[in-house]
Amino acid sequence: MTAPAQGEEPEKPQQDSSEEVPRTVSGRERRIALRVNWRTKFAEHTFKYAMLACSLAVLAVMVLIFVQLVLHSKLSLQQFGFKFFTGSTWDPVSGDFGAWPFIFGTLLSSLVALVIAVPLAVGVAVFVTEMCPRPLRGFISFMVELLAAIPSVIYGLWAIFILAPLLRQYVEPWLGKYFGWTGLFTGPAYGIGMLAAGVILAIMIIPIISSITREVMQVVPQQQREGVLALGATRWEMIRMGVLRNARAGIFGAVILGLGRAIGETMAVTMVIGNRPAVAKSLFAPGYTMASVIANEFSEATDDLYLSALVEIGLALLIVTVIVNACARLLVWSITRGTPSRSYV
Amino acid sequence: MFSAKGVLGLRRRFTNHLFTAAAAMASLLVLAPLFAIFGYLLYKGLGSVNWAFLTHTPKPIGETGGGMANAIVGSGLILAIASAIGIPLGIGAGIYLSEYGKSRYAQVVRFTADVLNGVPSIVMGIAVYALVVIPQGHFSAFSGGVALGIMMIPTIARTTEEMLAMVPNVIREAALGLGIPQWRTTLSITLRTATSGVITGVMLAFARIAGETAPLLFTAFGNQYWSLKPNQPTAALPLQIYVYAISPFDEWHRQAWAGALVLIAIIVGAVSIVRVIAARHRVSHSA
Repeated sequence: MTAPAQGEEPEKPQQDSSEEVPRTVSGRERRIALRVNWRTKFAEHTFKYAMLACSLAVLAVMVLIFVQLVLHSKLSLQQFGFKFFTGSTWDPVSGDFGAWPFIFGTLLSSLVALVIAVPLAVGVAVFVTEMCPRPLRGFISFMVELLAAIPSVIYGLWAIFILAPLLRQYVEPWLGKYFGWTGLFTGPAYGIGMLAAGVILAIMIIPIISSITREVMQVVPQQQREGVLALGATRWEMIRMGVLRNARAGIFGAVILGLGRAIGETMAVTMVIGNRPAVAKSLFAPGYTMASVIANEFSEATDDLYLSALVEIGLALLIVTVIVNACARLLVWSITRGTPSRSYV
Repeated sequence: MFSAKGVLGLRRRFTNHLFTAAAAMASLLVLAPLFAIFGYLLYKGLGSVNWAFLTHTPKPIGETGGGMANAIVGSGLILAIASAIGIPLGIGAGIYLSEYGKSRYAQVVRFTADVLNGVPSIVMGIAVYALVVIPQGHFSAFSGGVALGIMMIPTIARTTEEMLAMVPNVIREAALGLGIPQWRTTLSITLRTATSGVITGVMLAFARIAGETAPLLFTAFGNQYWSLKPNQPTAALPLQIYVYAISPFDEWHRQAWAGALVLIAIIVGAVSIVRVIAARHRVSHSA
């Protein structure tokens, strides 16, 4: 601590602010003091504004994305209006574009993903924070975080060659036999289809849901747990009444964040959903999502209207994910009091 | 406690055990795909990762052999451009939020960063296509780097802010008390103290964009040949894996697995370094 002080020694008397330079110093010393002070202030302001500029970049990126997407989808916005989102023909040759099959595919695959992921993710979070022996705690949370580090394209690769055949051979025939009456599991089992997309999405969004759930559960005061336990509750009753009840807004936020991820997920879904713009009730049938139609057709789109229709789908994706994420962040922030999220998965 | 032996207590104890078992099962079920994915990556990939794979460019369809050397180098180029854009801006924004960020404006930036973090990567790709590729007239490594770089900014900004906020105020005050200007304090004292944490954030952001494919589809675009020029279409490892995986050729499938193994090795390497640094960080803090 003394070393830097020594280095600064010669400047020390001049560090006082200009207004307070004592009258007793000579004119020359006073001029030096003022000059150094001006220089310090200049550096101070330069640094502050440079950092401010960096923070402006965050806002600029957001605005630029939005403006560019609106500009480049103008053609399609004018041509189709709101009908774009309800029409179900997608015919690049005759220039007729309706995005409903893609919206349907995005909604259905995300819904399937949530149904599978939410109980599992909350289960992991409960197990890690409240139940599991201490030495295992770090290991399991590291493993779950590792799941988040796997790139989407590798999930897709695995899903094509391992998950889809597994679904085709074992899971889908079984589901068809026992739950075919629901209408959700009918038709030929291709393996590739809505169900495969939902399962792979579920695996991908579990880490974010579970790590944020864990975060909000940790914020629940220890006294809550002790209080419920002191009333004679079992551990599960303590978790249900003392922890989950208090953290439910945050958990809901975590689920919505997971939904946001599922909606925007592109590569893995594109690789296993089958890419057919059809609206089918059965989860075995192939489908198409908003993100995957952009991924597949964007670089092939030749005429302007086709391209702007794809950009409009992107714009819809942007608006939906911004709204979903904003809601989720507000919910999570209300629990964790605005501290930045630890989990950037 | 006194009812624990009664009938009611039995039911409650049973429920307790049931849910404990359910939570443990959930953990197992979640970890199963992880082991399955890593297992298959090693099983299918190890046999195909060899010297030729790492040093050759792709062969035409139907010929065996060839590799992904150009894609590995291309990925390196794109990631370097992305890091050059994303890391300074991200750290700068993080410093602003932590050291000057008490205003309403800072709160807006925080919120925007968190929302931006959830914007789908493919949307970033479209935006960069419109911003860079259309004016330039062709696909390029540079546009791919821009797309990935802007994805790094919000992540790095928020982790840097968090790490700087963890530095005790006493340290800042001590430095200021010695007459060191505030900007110098921030750079040489506060940021220095939080270095390992900031690096953690940077590496996490890096690991996340290293595997990104969607924004590269129509920015870097891919290339079957060597290209080291930043203004030319460039191959990237994730793109190559995607193209090979959806192709109908067994030889290409084999190479896709090998590419995936190399990619995951790079990412897991980055994440493990983070773990080591983070562990050391914790020790130094408690000491």
